[in-house]
Amino acid sequence: MASLKSLRNRIASVKATRKITKAQQMVAAARFRRAQEAALAARPYAEKMGQVIASLAGGMKANPGASPLLGGTGKDDVHLVIVATADRGLCGAFNTNIVRLAKQKIEELQAAGKKVLIFTIGRKGREQLRRLYGPQIIESVEFTAVKRIGFANAAAIGQRVLELYGEGKFDVATIIYSRFRSVISQIPTAQQLIPAPVEENAAATPGVVYDYEPDEGEILADLLPRNVSVQIFRALLENVAGEFGSKMTAMDGATRNAGEVIDKLTLLYNRTRQAQITKELIEIISGAEAL
Amino acid sequence: MADKISFDLVSPERLLLSEEAEMITIPGTEGEMGVMAGHAPVLTTLKPGIVTVSGPATERFVVLGGFAEINATKLTILAEEAIPLADFDAAALDLRIGQASESLALAKSDTEKSARQFYLDNLQQLRHAI
Repeated sequence: MASLKSLRNRIASVKATRKITKAQQMVAAARFRRAQEAALAARPYAEKMGQVIASLAGGMKANPGASPLLGGTGKDDVHLVIVATADRGLCGAFNTNIVRLAKQKIEELQAAGKKVLIFTIGRKGREQLRRLYGPQIIESVEFTAVKRIGFANAAAIGQRVLELYGEGKFDVATIIYSRFRSVISQIPTAQQLIPAPVEENAAATPGVVYDYEPDEGEILADLLPRNVSVQIFRALLENVAGEFGSKMTAMDGATRNAGEVIDKLTLLYNRTRQAQITKELIEIISGAEAL
Repeated sequence: MADKISFDLVSPERLLLSEEAEMITIPGTEGEMGVMAGHAPVLTTLKPGIVTVSGPATERFVVLGGFAEINATKLTILAEEAIPLADFDAAALDLRIGQASESLALAKSDTEKSARQFYLDNLQQLRHAI
C-alpha cells in the first residue's frame, strides 16, 4: 500500500493540475466569446465575396484570356495544401482532426500521382506534419506573437500564396481548416482557393444583368487576389473560434477528471491513515494485555 | 419620399451597418455615385473615400477601397476597411500615405506605378476632405 506521504504528494500535484486546467478553461471561455463574434462577423463578407465572384466568373471561365486565378494554369500537377491549425495545444483533438484530414487529402493526391507542397499556418500543424512530409513543407507561418488576428495577417499570407502562384510553383491550392459550428462541434474542411471554384448552378441562373464599372475583367482582376486573402482570413477566424471552443470543452473535461482523481485519492488517503491508527491501537492494546 | 433602399456595409472584420436608407453616396473608382432605390444594377470597385448614408440620420464612413454591388432594392458595400468617420484617426491615414508613397517608389511596371499613384492621390484627397 502506498505510504501516506506519497499519497499526500499525489493529491497536491493533481490539485495543481486542476488549478491549471481550470485557469486555461476560464481564459479560453473569455477569449472564445470574442473569437466567436469575429468568426460570425466575417462570414457575410466571405460569402458575399464568393457569390459575386461566382456570378462574375460564370461568364468568364470559358474566356481564354481569363485570369489564371479563375481558369487555372491549365495543369493539375502540383497541389499546394495550406494547413491551418492552432499554435497551442491543450485543446483536445482540434489540431489532430485538421491534420488527419490534411494527411488524408495529401495521401489521396499523391496516390493520384500529383506532387504535393505544403504551407502550414500555426505551430501545431507544422510539428505534426514535419515528421511525415518534412521536405514538402515549403512555407510556414505562426501567430504565437500575434494577440488578435487581423485582416493584415491574412493578407500577408494571401500575398505570399499569390507570389508562389505567380512563380508557377503550383497549379491548385486548397486550404484545410476547421469550420466552427459550436463549442463541441468543429468540422475539418477542405476548401479550394485557386483556381476559384465556380458552382455550376450559380453560373446557370441568369439573374440580373449588372453593369460593370470599370469593366468585368478589371473588377475580376481586383477581386480574385483579394478573395484569396478573404478566404484565408475567414479560415483563420473560424479556426480561432474553434480552437477556443475545443479548448473550453477539453479543459472542462480535464478539470472534472482531476476533481474525480482528487476525491479518489483523498478517500484512499483517509482509509490508509485510519488503518494505520487502528494498527497502532491494536499494537498498544495487545501490548497492554500481554502484561 | 421615395422608397428606401436597404444598405449593408461589411468589412472583412465585421458587419458595420445594415439598415434602410434614402440615399447613399459612394466613392466609385470612376466617380462618386449617389444610390437610391430603383438604381440600375451595377457592380463597381471603390476608391478610398467617404460613404455618406442619408436616412433618418446621416452617417459617414471612411472606406479604403473595396467594391459595391447595387441593385434596385439593395446596396452592399464590401469594404477592405471601413471606419465610422468620427472614429477615424488622421494620423493612421498619414501613415498609410507614407506607405503608399514608398510602394510607389518601388513600383516596377508602368501599370503598377499608375495604379499606386491613383491610390496615393485618392488617399491624399481623402486627407484633405477630413
